[in-house]
Amino acid sequence: MRVNDLCEKLGWELVHGDGEREITGGIYCCDLLSIVMGRAPSDSLWITVMGNVNAMAVAALADTACVAVAENMLIDDEAIAGAKKGNVTVIRTGLPVFESAMAAARLLGLN
Amino acid sequence: MSDMSGNSLHYHYIVPGDDFTQAGAASSAVKQILKQLGLNPQTIRKMSISLYEGEINMVIHAGGGEIDVDIDDKKIVAVLTDYGPGIEDVDLAMQAGWSTASEQVRGLGFGAGMGLPNMKKYSDELIINTTVGAGTKVTIVVNIEN
Repeated sequence: MRVNDLCEKLGWELVHGDGEREITGGIYCCDLLSIVMGRAPSDSLWITVMGNVNAMAVAALADTACVAVAENMLIDDEAIAGAKKGNVTVIRTGLPVFESAMAAARLLGLN
Repeated sequence: MSDMSGNSLHYHYIVPGDDFTQAGAASSAVKQILKQLGLNPQTIRKMSISLYEGEINMVIHAGGGEIDVDIDDKKIVAVLTDYGPGIEDVDLAMQAGWSTASEQVRGLGFGAGMGLPNMKKYSDELIINTTVGAGTKVTIVVNIEN
């Protein structure tokens, strides 16, 4: 499923980047960046509360399909600049991490 | 910056200390180079993760440093040199979950104590030379597989 379709169906916001990117690597949830970097599958939907520039760098390195920032956490200008630089797609939802993952999993047919 | 010496490519980067907005700049640049060289994604991922962890460590613990990367047709070698406080107990630092990072650093999503374990996991060879009070030199080797 494309990031755009996911956003449209769940009412999540596309904050930055390529909404055409396909999510084919499942869903990954974690906030500790060192763990994410090593374990987030490429092309996955990564759900986190970290909306800072370092999270964008990690998403670029792990090559996730996008970063979904949960709980409507702040995504600051530095983070957006980092997302641009790293070519990272960033989306946002008001849901907490678990509920976000549940909703996305249902939509992606993962449960 | 790059130059060709023999059959290998050499790149040099300065890592500024205590600047988390710049942290990862060298790793990102290296990742781009490896992509342009057409290396396989797994090799690129291994080097990118190891190098980013090393770069972050330099920023968190050592006030920055320097990174030298050499690429030939067999392997990628990154040497990270800093003049920070050194690592008192390398075995302890290698344990997953062990960290001396500050609360501020933890708040940014780092300091999980996964840095060195990740570097070990994702490199083919990891050599740590450290002297307390003088600095640390970390060598990361990732073999190129096609």
